[in-house]
Amino acid sequence: MKFMLTCRQASQLISESLDRRLTFSDRLKIRFHLFICDACNRFNIQIEQLCAAIKILTRETENDSSIALPSDAKARIRKEIISASASNFH
Amino acid sequence: MAGNVNDWLNEHGDYLYRFALARLRDPHQAEDAVQETMLAAIKNNSFEGESSPRTWLTGILKHKIIDMQRKQIREQPLSNFIDLDTADTTMDDFFDQHGHWLEKPQEWDNPDNALQQMQFLTTLSNCLDKLPIKLKALFMMRDVHETDNEEICKELEITPTNAWVMLYRARMGLRKCLELNWVTS
Repeated sequence: MKFMLTCRQASQLISESLDRRLTFSDRLKIRFHLFICDACNRFNIQIEQLCAAIKILTRETENDSSIALPSDAKARIRKEIISASASNFH
Repeated sequence: MAGNVNDWLNEHGDYLYRFALARLRDPHQAEDAVQETMLAAIKNNSFEGESSPRTWLTGILKHKIIDMQRKQIREQPLSNFIDLDTADTTMDDFFDQHGHWLEKPQEWDNPDNALQQMQFLTTLSNCLDKLPIKLKALFMMRDVHETDNEEICKELEITPTNAWVMLYRARMGLRKCLELNWVTS
């Protein structure tokens, strides 16, 4: 029956639901599938956790004051700044 | 002008580096992004003081980051990569011929305390590094920047379908890696 999704189809639609608005019919099919499939329910939750976690990870990295621009990189960039500024004043 | 930008490097360099590292997840790339930002600041020369220097520099940095991600995604001919048959074949790693899970998603232990949360994030970070470069760049572009799908497709000149397939593959790969390396009940 075309109405019933396989887990493969369901997982793909669940992923796509994050990127586009699904048709009403697709949303219904997913809901029906999730009603009867534990594995895809876990998948659904985990994908949401993944999305939330990546945002938290990004924020953590941004706010981690123990992370600094390595000093050799800083020195290199400083040199580049100086030579770029010099060439600006021709 | 050099003096000004040098001061900015001292005052904001670490912050800009962290901002770039958070999104590119590669120290060398993050360094390059900061460098490109400072050089653009010199060239641009248009800072009028209407916002804080940090806000202005971060704006430039965001563009540099997206430029780098775009390059990574477009590096190879997309036909190699986006062949829907090939993409579908990859899903054979996850599903059998009837569309059932080969390995069903398990119940995950929820990180209970701060330490476990950090461990979870470390696991996620390691899994991100295992993704193919293009998938990682697209995933970060989409799920971190929250660049909307239309904009991504315009930037990268790919069809929405291509984008969805790649993001699906990225998310499937990350989820699987997390499951393998995180504690399951």
